[in-house]
Amino acid sequence: MSWRRLMAVARKELIQIWRDSRSLGIVLVMPLAMMLLFGYGVNLDMKHIPICVFDREGSQKSQDLLKRFQSSDYFEVVRAVDSYPALVKAIDSGQARMGVVVPHDFSERLRTGETATVQAIVDATDDNTANLAIGYTQAVVSDFSQRVQLDWLRQQGRPEPNPPLAVDARTWFNEDLESKAFIVPGVLALVMSVIGAFLTSLTIAREWERGSMEQLISTPVTPLEIMLGKLAPYFVIGLLNTAVCAVIAIWWFEVPFRGSVAALFVSSALFMVVVMALGFFISVIGRSQLAASQIALTATFLPAFLLSGFLFSIDQMPAVIRAITHVVPARYFVTILKDVFLKGSGLSMLEGELLALALFAVALTLLATRSFKKKL
Amino acid sequence: MLNRLRQMLIKEFLQVFRDKRALWVLIGPPIIQMLIFGYAASYEIRHVPTAVLDLDHSQESRDLIARFSATPYFDVRTQLTDREQIREMIDRGQVTVALEIHPGFAALLRKGQTAPLQVIVDGTNSNTALIALGYVNQIAQGYADDHQRDAMQRSSPFLLARLPAVELESRPWFNPNLESRWFFVPGVIGSLLQVMVIVLTAFAVVREREIGTLEQIMVTPIRPREFILGKTLPFFLIGLFDAGMIGLVGTLWFQVPFRGSLAVLALGLMLFLLCALGIGLFISTVSATQQQAMVTAFFFIMPAITFSGFGFPIASMPRAVQWLTYLDPLRYLLVVLRGVYLKGVGLDLLWPQMAAMAVLGTALLGVSVLRFRKSLD
Repeated sequence: MSWRRLMAVARKELIQIWRDSRSLGIVLVMPLAMMLLFGYGVNLDMKHIPICVFDREGSQKSQDLLKRFQSSDYFEVVRAVDSYPALVKAIDSGQARMGVVVPHDFSERLRTGETATVQAIVDATDDNTANLAIGYTQAVVSDFSQRVQLDWLRQQGRPEPNPPLAVDARTWFNEDLESKAFIVPGVLALVMSVIGAFLTSLTIAREWERGSMEQLISTPVTPLEIMLGKLAPYFVIGLLNTAVCAVIAIWWFEVPFRGSVAALFVSSALFMVVVMALGFFISVIGRSQLAASQIALTATFLPAFLLSGFLFSIDQMPAVIRAITHVVPARYFVTILKDVFLKGSGLSMLEGELLALALFAVALTLLATRSFKKKL
Repeated sequence: MLNRLRQMLIKEFLQVFRDKRALWVLIGPPIIQMLIFGYAASYEIRHVPTAVLDLDHSQESRDLIARFSATPYFDVRTQLTDREQIREMIDRGQVTVALEIHPGFAALLRKGQTAPLQVIVDGTNSNTALIALGYVNQIAQGYADDHQRDAMQRSSPFLLARLPAVELESRPWFNPNLESRWFFVPGVIGSLLQVMVIVLTAFAVVREREIGTLEQIMVTPIRPREFILGKTLPFFLIGLFDAGMIGLVGTLWFQVPFRGSLAVLALGLMLFLLCALGIGLFISTVSATQQQAMVTAFFFIMPAITFSGFGFPIASMPRAVQWLTYLDPLRYLLVVLRGVYLKGVGLDLLWPQMAAMAVLGTALLGVSVLRFRKSLD
């Protein structure tokens, strides 16, 4: 292997990236764009859920209950309807996500000491929002119920009983339960998947498709030199991007960074090797740019998005899919990222994940070198 | 004209179907993506790994814990013996929720005082934490209510009989079991369709330009109009075919209900395809190489999916971003897809979405065709 030849290939690749304004754009702008996209676009903690209310009684008591919805941060009463069909229409058209129906005998039942049932009709198309809405509604209603009972006991001349149970909940690592802190660190894995696999997979396929591979083969450059030379620029770019993303996460989105920079750097470098080797392998087997880019997206970006725990928790997946996630390198990297940012884990606590990434790096590099033969 | 167009179409279809690998690209990835999405994309919270530190060892504390294990939401895996273990287990991510019951829990309850239940949640995944906390509060509330009723039953049963109460009856419509799959599967049809059609259209033109065959076509008697039709019509048909195929997987394999009318869905898909073809064509006019086309397409597709309401509620985005989503054709298609699949609503409610897609589609296609004709000259 000759250092000079390797550097020559790397320089050629760098010039190619530099001249192609759009490739340059993707490596410079994309990290920024993805961070902003996910930092601002992904927010699962729904507030101001649009609801409509249907007060079939119109009494002081029913209005008291509905006021609690109005004053809640979680709901926004967009309409008060006066018929059932109107409520159905508000939900069908998506104007309101939930309809609260107070029965016509609400205060009557409370006066006679019965249980009054309030109905919440929820548009469960979006199950997560529906789930949150039901939880918040449950809290409003049981709070109201308690108030009614205490008032009643006082009227009966009874002492107010203490609430039997007080839940003292503490949230660790992400104290304010912000989606941002949960999502943004994982974006680094997505950015690196795109830079690493997507762009590299296109580079080799491009040479094949344009026929310039034949020219390369006729030179004294060895396959290993071609591979390393082509990948080196992307490796450096990928790591620079990681740094840029980390800076945006910490200073712009104010995601806490509690772990060590060393852990972040080592794991990023390992992951970069993994995705690049994978991208290279794909470009060798894909041949055409269209096929290579499609396979690269399906094999790296998609798993990094879906099967890594970036957004959807792996705990909740069916056993078969959970097993598959073990062969998704991004899974380990996302765990590391979240631990380093939020939990403050150092290298020693992440041994298992780092080892897994290292194994992937070695195996995929071998696979890539093996598959890339310098012949037609 | 019809004859030339036919020749052009034959050539395009030949090109698509001759390349075995490209053919695989048309069928393989969509199905794989549909399967992965259907199984992996889920916000449902079940069997949250939970540890318990019961320092009271009383009937009451065991009772409370039993209520947690009785729900499908918590999976009480470990009984701990000291507080340090909580930190360790949560740090390592072995459990998400830890319940701690202090000594004297039962004694406080029996005296009629307030007993604390300490809950520690790993907030790394804010969504899981938020929903799990909601369940914790519901279970604790239920326990408190029952305890209060029991105490009253013993001290003053006549009062209990007249105690008023308000109850909530929640009815999740359209998706009674709150399955994430029902939310995601119709959305996947839309987002896959968008990716496929934009990428294929953009590539089909740019490839000719890159290989140099575009010039050869230019010297044939084919008119620009026929060329554009010949380049878009195949992908319009392929798009519809793919949508049908993925839709069948959704209904037959994932058992997502289809409650609306097929005609409404088809209309929505066709209007959306106009938008997607327009975008693909536009990308082809600004790209000289396939790599450029791919990069540009990616730059467009990522935000288009994120801002469409595909997985993240539009209502909780910043106001400025919400306005931006109105320019996203996928946003409207998703309303149509979910409306037809889950809600079973028809054109009377979906016409605004259809109109929006028709307007966007005409505008996008119009601009692209103009640009495209210029780039041919």
